[in-house]
Amino acid sequence: MTYTTAIFYFFAAILVFAGLRVITARNPVHAALFLVLAFFTAAGLWMLLEAEFLAITLVLVYVGAVMVLFLFVVMMLDINLDKLREGFWDYLPLAGFVSVLLVIEMSLILGSRHFGLDVMATPEPHPADYSNTKELGRLLYTDYVYAFELAAVILLVAIVAAIALTLRRRKDSKYIDPAEQVKVKRNDRLRIIKMKATQKPGTGEGGA
Amino acid sequence: MGNMVMDWAALQTVVWTLTKIMALVVPLMLGVAYLTYAERKIIGWMQVRIGPNRVGFQGLLQPIADAVKLLMKEIIIPSGANRGLFILGPILVIAPALAAWAVIPFTDQLVLANINAGLLYVLAITSMGVYGVIIAGWASNSKYAFLGAMRSAAQIVSYEIAMGFALVGVLMASQSLNLIDIVQGQAGGAHQWYIWPLFPLFIVYLIAGVAETNRAPFDVAEGESEIVAGFHVEYSGMAFAVFFLAEYANMILVATLAGLLFLGGWLSPVPFLPDGIVWLFFKIGFVLFLFLWFRATFPRYRYDQIMRLGWKVFIPLTIVWIVVVGGMMQTPYGYLFH
Repeated sequence: MTYTTAIFYFFAAILVFAGLRVITARNPVHAALFLVLAFFTAAGLWMLLEAEFLAITLVLVYVGAVMVLFLFVVMMLDINLDKLREGFWDYLPLAGFVSVLLVIEMSLILGSRHFGLDVMATPEPHPADYSNTKELGRLLYTDYVYAFELAAVILLVAIVAAIALTLRRRKDSKYIDPAEQVKVKRNDRLRIIKMKATQKPGTGEGGA
Repeated sequence: MGNMVMDWAALQTVVWTLTKIMALVVPLMLGVAYLTYAERKIIGWMQVRIGPNRVGFQGLLQPIADAVKLLMKEIIIPSGANRGLFILGPILVIAPALAAWAVIPFTDQLVLANINAGLLYVLAITSMGVYGVIIAGWASNSKYAFLGAMRSAAQIVSYEIAMGFALVGVLMASQSLNLIDIVQGQAGGAHQWYIWPLFPLFIVYLIAGVAETNRAPFDVAEGESEIVAGFHVEYSGMAFAVFFLAEYANMILVATLAGLLFLGGWLSPVPFLPDGIVWLFFKIGFVLFLFLWFRATFPRYRYDQIMRLGWKVFIPLTIVWIVVVGGMMQTPYGYLFH
């Protein structure tokens, strides 16, 4: 067994374990953290495939941003586990059927018939100055530019839609316009008046 | 794995790599210790105080005394805390703070790992630091800690976007993600540094860096006056100190990146002086001084103002400047942005 293979099995074992714990952990925060571990380990596996851009982006986007928001929500929710587990046995047959179907579908495609070593040769190791990032960027903006731009537009529409659905202006919020705050002049807030001194100088307390 | 032969060369590589890691981490930790000293002294002088001056000459042994004190203290785990995650929190804060240093070059030769996607790696690794804060805040089982964690999570995620966009400008100018190439793209004197064509991005990067490290005036995650100490209120002893180690290590990291990406790294500002690591240290020191200066000068931001600044000012600003840089590169004046 080579060093790389050993690392692969090490990462794969962690990934499978973390993936299992995501669905078996009782505490939803633990489950979310195991999902983080799963993402991170998957990034390690991609790194072994010399897909360093995808690996780092996986960590940057999913671990660094998406899962943080996930955790954020999971921690804020008051999740009652017993309520969630209600009706577990009622749903089990349907869920079992769906998962068996999923496994069958995956085994049809992912078996050695399509992904075996004789079909998919080991990729050639690249020279040290090969930049995976540059190569991906070139492909995305030349050969696949329409698909890429379409995906970007769809995502943009999704963002706009999500904001439009949740945007509401509360009437009771004490919203302050920062521009107004910046524009405030002294005379709006402060009035200096002249008045006669009522005490002889030198008799009162000294300056503050 | 029993048949895996660990030959002599591999062992040598491992030992050599570990030595290099130690050679990086030990000075970093010393830097952290004396940054706390510098902070107390400088802020002291700015506020017409003396600062620490009891332990050692001019208080120079103060950080050592602090470290010894924190090491001797008991680590208290609150009874309602989630024990495993409570311990994991500080570890997850310090690990990315140190791991990010693996790709930081100090000169064109002196680097632990010279990888192609260095800048992306730094971004990805530093984005994981927020987990430590969230986990620490949640596992403490305390309202203040949890509020601090929530604030920190929202703040770090928001400013990461602006910071990432600011770095996109750098990689557009340098056409590389490799940190050594980025520095070498700025060769030729101070007028070639990326700070000039990318000035708005430099300002955004600097301020976002302050926000990312939860430093004043963006330190609402700690917010002593409102939520006592935020996410690490329940921590004591060395577990508490680890949060501070990470915060200061991250400060030095942000300062180093600012030095490398915008201020020409180890390159000398004038052509007739030789390049060298001294320049980089000088630039790091300058940016760190700015950090301390900010803390002594500005009052804490209100939370909604932080969010507004991040989302409504910095992100549009960086996007506009990226478009400007991209557009200018297509014109005959493109050389100004390289």
